[in-house]
Amino acid sequence: MKRRWISLISSIFVWGSGQFFACRQKIKGLMFFLVQLVVVFVEISTGYWIEYMQGLIPKFRIGTYGGFFSKGIWGFVTLGTSPGIRGDHSTSLLINGIIVILILMLVIFVYVWNLIDAYKSGLEIERTGKYISSKDYWKKLYQKSFAYIVLTPIGVLIVFFVLMPIIFSVLTAFTNYNRNNLPPANLVDWVGFENFTKLFRVPIWSSTFFKVFKWTVIWTLCATFSTYFFGMLQAVLLNSKYVRFKKVYRGIMILPWAIPQMISLLVFKNMLNGQFGPINQLLLDIGIINERIPFLTDPMIAKITVILVNLWLGFPMFMIMIQGCLSNIDNSLYESAAMDGANGWQSFRKITLPLVLRATGPLLIMNLAGNFNGFGAVFFLTDGGPSNATMQFAGETDILISWIYKMTLDHQMYDMAAVMCIILFVFIGSVSLWNFKRTRAFKEVTE
Amino acid sequence: MRRLKSILINLELIIVCIVVLLPISWIVLSSFNKGKGLATSSLIPKELTIENYIRLFEETNYELWFSNTMTIAIFNAITSVILIMITAWVMSRFNFKGKKASLLTILILSMFPSFLSMTAIYTLFTTLGIIGEPMSLILVYSSGAIPYNVWLVKGYLDGIPKSIDEAAYMDGSGKFRTFFSIIIPMSKPIITYCAVSQFMMPWMDYILPNLILTGDKNKTLAVGIYSMISDQESTNFTMFAAGAVIVAVPITILYLVFQKYLVEGISAGASKE
Repeated sequence: MKRRWISLISSIFVWGSGQFFACRQKIKGLMFFLVQLVVVFVEISTGYWIEYMQGLIPKFRIGTYGGFFSKGIWGFVTLGTSPGIRGDHSTSLLINGIIVILILMLVIFVYVWNLIDAYKSGLEIERTGKYISSKDYWKKLYQKSFAYIVLTPIGVLIVFFVLMPIIFSVLTAFTNYNRNNLPPANLVDWVGFENFTKLFRVPIWSSTFFKVFKWTVIWTLCATFSTYFFGMLQAVLLNSKYVRFKKVYRGIMILPWAIPQMISLLVFKNMLNGQFGPINQLLLDIGIINERIPFLTDPMIAKITVILVNLWLGFPMFMIMIQGCLSNIDNSLYESAAMDGANGWQSFRKITLPLVLRATGPLLIMNLAGNFNGFGAVFFLTDGGPSNATMQFAGETDILISWIYKMTLDHQMYDMAAVMCIILFVFIGSVSLWNFKRTRAFKEVTE
Repeated sequence: MRRLKSILINLELIIVCIVVLLPISWIVLSSFNKGKGLATSSLIPKELTIENYIRLFEETNYELWFSNTMTIAIFNAITSVILIMITAWVMSRFNFKGKKASLLTILILSMFPSFLSMTAIYTLFTTLGIIGEPMSLILVYSSGAIPYNVWLVKGYLDGIPKSIDEAAYMDGSGKFRTFFSIIIPMSKPIITYCAVSQFMMPWMDYILPNLILTGDKNKTLAVGIYSMISDQESTNFTMFAAGAVIVAVPITILYLVFQKYLVEGISAGASKE
């Protein structure tokens, strides 16, 4: 039999043995074997398999007596079988399960690498008739895998703190993890697509969802385009030759961008307070109004208020960006337009607007995506209110993301919140991806 | 006609400036207002005092909140910059199998709003036993910052000609030495952007610290300030105003000072062609 097959077959059972015996690469073989040893050792030392083999455990249950890996998978599949405080804790089991599966994927990766390497090393020896030392192999490997070595710790960090929580959220959508089934007292179960059908079949859920979704879209469009065009207006006006003290105006108008957003929002929340707010007081004193305006508590007025306050917060950013664009536009364009008899408005429409739109297009779309998830404005100003009894856990000004927040933190409807997360993610993800595909950074990677 | 135009334009700008300044001056004046609640805070206070500032430091854990936030901000800026720079450098300068796949993966990850995974993070930290520690917040912030910023910085690094680091390799400089002596100094603007924007994170963020940090002494400023006015009548309003002013002033100055870098960073994230 050929060396490569001997090497491969023995490595299938004992990791690294092919490299060790058939190819005389001792250290490398030992390293692979060590990984196998660690996996087996961890499983056995954390579980009670030996006692089970000896027949010491009559009623064997993986959830109690299994090792790290078997218990993890068992927990992931069943989400626990014995309820109660001293029983299984479903969400911990789910998290552990995800971690175990991620580690197992890494182990499988090493295993496959071990197999491929065993085969290749055998082949190499057959071809050249020479044995390669482990040392040379590592040297070559370091040169070749520098990137992997540097990125592995960072990758682990991302997997644990970014990817794993996302996986958990996504999976929650397929369970009944909500306030009726809270661990540790109760068990959580897999329910398949039940939550998704609930969203569209149960009237209160679907009507709330579509209402919130509609307002989210309106809010996103209004918030983005109002700030964009108002910012553009200010930039164009500041650029005008009639304006002196440009720096002073700009310095003042830039302030909302520089002040921490949360603070500004809380200030507005108080300023517009329907009962005690100074704006209402002022309007009353002057005599413009006879009764206080419910800026934040009337469904329609609250929506307008949120958009206007967002305009205050958001226009400076676009103003700065568009000012940058304007200074890049070649002045001779305007001069030749003026020679052709174009007036100010015409040259704005034909020259300024297209150039600015082209340059700030991606930014505009990024802003759309950002406002779709614009949690701050709604949460800090109105907290989603005023409340509406016909809506499930949502208020009149709630957008999807603040609704999700409420469902998670105030009402513990984790399963439905997760369903909404997925919908939101698909929506935002596809818009952003479409936008991003046209940027330079993306093209460089894919071409 | 020209005069009219000039007057109208200047008038518009002045009105916008007044609207911008109105809430700002109101909150600053309110912080010096005698009286506690929102009801007493008219647009122009009748009597001025610094009592609110004194109360802020005597009656609340403001100093602790401030130092918590500062610690988290500094550590977050440092760790994030290190992680982002190394990852972006490897992604920009080395070719390896799976590079494209990993770049696309982190791109998609960066589109998932980080706080949507907060239940999982809460459960994970409870399982790991680091719930309530400021360190856990740094972990979330800095690992969450990697995906988007790596793309940003990679784009920047791609703009630095590779011949410069190749010349260094020819002179016998190692990989990391080239990184520190050539790449890092040449990417100061983008490093500034990452550092400043990561430094700002804990000052503005309310959701995660509110969820993860427990106990009044561990709060960050955002959580602490919010708690002062969470009741409907805002009876501690003037104290809140004082607290808000103390946070907003340094952050605003920082923003204005680093304005150029922040603007560059934002537009770099959305550059076409």
